[in-house]
Amino acid sequence: MEYGLKPLGREKFWLWALLTPTFIGLIFGALGSVIATVLLSFAEWDLLTPPTWAGIANYVELFKDEKLLRSLTNTIKFTVLYVPGVVIISLFVAVLMNRRIRGIGLFRTAYFLPAVTSAVATALVWNMIYGKDTGILNFILERLGLQPVCWLCTNNAMYAVVIVNIWGAIGEGMIIFLAGLTAIPHEYHEAAAIDGANGFQQFFRITLPLITPSIFFQTLISTINAFQAYDYIYMLTRRGGGDSSVPVVVFSIYRNAWNFFNYGGASAQAIELTVIVAALMAFYLWLERRYVVYE
Amino acid sequence: MTKQNQKFILDIISYMLLLLGAVLMVGPFLWMVSTSFKLPGDQFTKTLIPPTFTLDNFRELFSVDLNFLLLFWNSAYISILTTIGQLLTCAMAAFCFAVVKFKGRDALFTALLLTLLIPPQVTLIPDFIIFKYLHLIGTSVPLWLPAFWGGAFGTFLLRQYFLTIPRDLADAARVDGASLIQIFWNIYMPLSKPALAALAIFTFQGAWNDLLHPLVYMPSVPDTMLTVGLAFFDQQMRNGGKFTVLMSGALISILPLLIVFFFAQKQFIEGISLSGMKR
Repeated sequence: MEYGLKPLGREKFWLWALLTPTFIGLIFGALGSVIATVLLSFAEWDLLTPPTWAGIANYVELFKDEKLLRSLTNTIKFTVLYVPGVVIISLFVAVLMNRRIRGIGLFRTAYFLPAVTSAVATALVWNMIYGKDTGILNFILERLGLQPVCWLCTNNAMYAVVIVNIWGAIGEGMIIFLAGLTAIPHEYHEAAAIDGANGFQQFFRITLPLITPSIFFQTLISTINAFQAYDYIYMLTRRGGGDSSVPVVVFSIYRNAWNFFNYGGASAQAIELTVIVAALMAFYLWLERRYVVYE
Repeated sequence: MTKQNQKFILDIISYMLLLLGAVLMVGPFLWMVSTSFKLPGDQFTKTLIPPTFTLDNFRELFSVDLNFLLLFWNSAYISILTTIGQLLTCAMAAFCFAVVKFKGRDALFTALLLTLLIPPQVTLIPDFIIFKYLHLIGTSVPLWLPAFWGGAFGTFLLRQYFLTIPRDLADAARVDGASLIQIFWNIYMPLSKPALAALAIFTFQGAWNDLLHPLVYMPSVPDTMLTVGLAFFDQQMRNGGKFTVLMSGALISILPLLIVFFFAQKQFIEGISLSGMKR
């Protein structure tokens, strides 16, 4: 065990007093919740009548019910579009910002703005931007001589929502990448330049391998965020009756539990989500061991 | 082409790209501001400068049946309580993990970090059921109370910072007879202001912008948080079609965070770097 102060006499009591809130959180908040959700997923309960044992019925539904299956494919599709989008665009922005040019602070503020403000508030503007007849986007398209697009209709809503989610996430990704980029010693690029490497070669041979830890971290965080994305989807795609044109799993959990009072089914979906994310994390960690270069 | 010229051209290209990106990032905010000062009749005009400048939207916002002041007050005190709870309990645990030597320290810390893997949806359903049985749905308690039992993210962030504070300080204080609590409160807390500020901003921002939890715990207007209120307002406005008032509501709802951001940009960015670099 590492070095540390030893509690003396009655201080043992104070030590555990300091740790008590964390203990409560661990036991009730984390462990208790996981066990409760697992148990609930095997039950049928609307909170009005007593719960009944449902066996694996809720899990069978996950693979049989068309709507539940669609929510899973939506989440996967969303993740596949969102994660590379966030990683590539924020890396690109960070590389541009890492060049020593004037006014970089102002740019950083501008790019970080969407990450600060609430998705609910900015979604209201995006709704105006995406408007079919009155929106700015279609106004611009028409000016360019193109056909207007129904951005939030079923066919396009997924892409429209992914774009807004990426827009909201670039700021944080950019900061992560900037931290990684500034840690690369200048000598590396100077030495490569002397040897005649051009900008592209320097980027792909020096920069990219050296920031694999940042890329790994950002991919991981973006994946978790993709599986939990809710706010923009709720604000931009909800319809009457608690439905949505892009019902992802999180949306479906909410609907199942709080619109249909199917707490067992919603719990099964929450477990499904957890298992998929955990499996993905394990896969990422395996990739990390193989491909990520730590200095 | 000389190297100087090449750099100059690349700088120009970088500028152009960054500028284009900045327009895309800031554009929606400019549109929000612009629309909130337009007359309802001008709400769909495609000019950034309002044809006729008006403050009526803001006046209407505070007179509609939706109690905007109540929403604002709710968001404010819930976010502040959440922030206080997290700062206090996370710092308490972080101090133990970083400074004190006790049995099972590493195992406990690992267990805490593992909770980062639990998606909020998993805890939401059982928490809701418990709070429902305690008759607390519709009140703000379920929104801020859990902030008072620590959390992996905040504890981790503060522990990392506490580890950078020289041990000699605590040792010297110990020789002078200081207790653990005194070392925590009089040495570690004052020296950790940057990390505490970063965590405070992070937590406040998360609570202020949260939609899912207030939607579950305080689902009905008027007594709810700004996010839920705006979402409800949005539905009303879509039917009534007054986007100008809606935009003024959105603008006011983001204003507190914008002000914090402009004054404490460094802490915002440090918070991300702190959590990202050392995880």
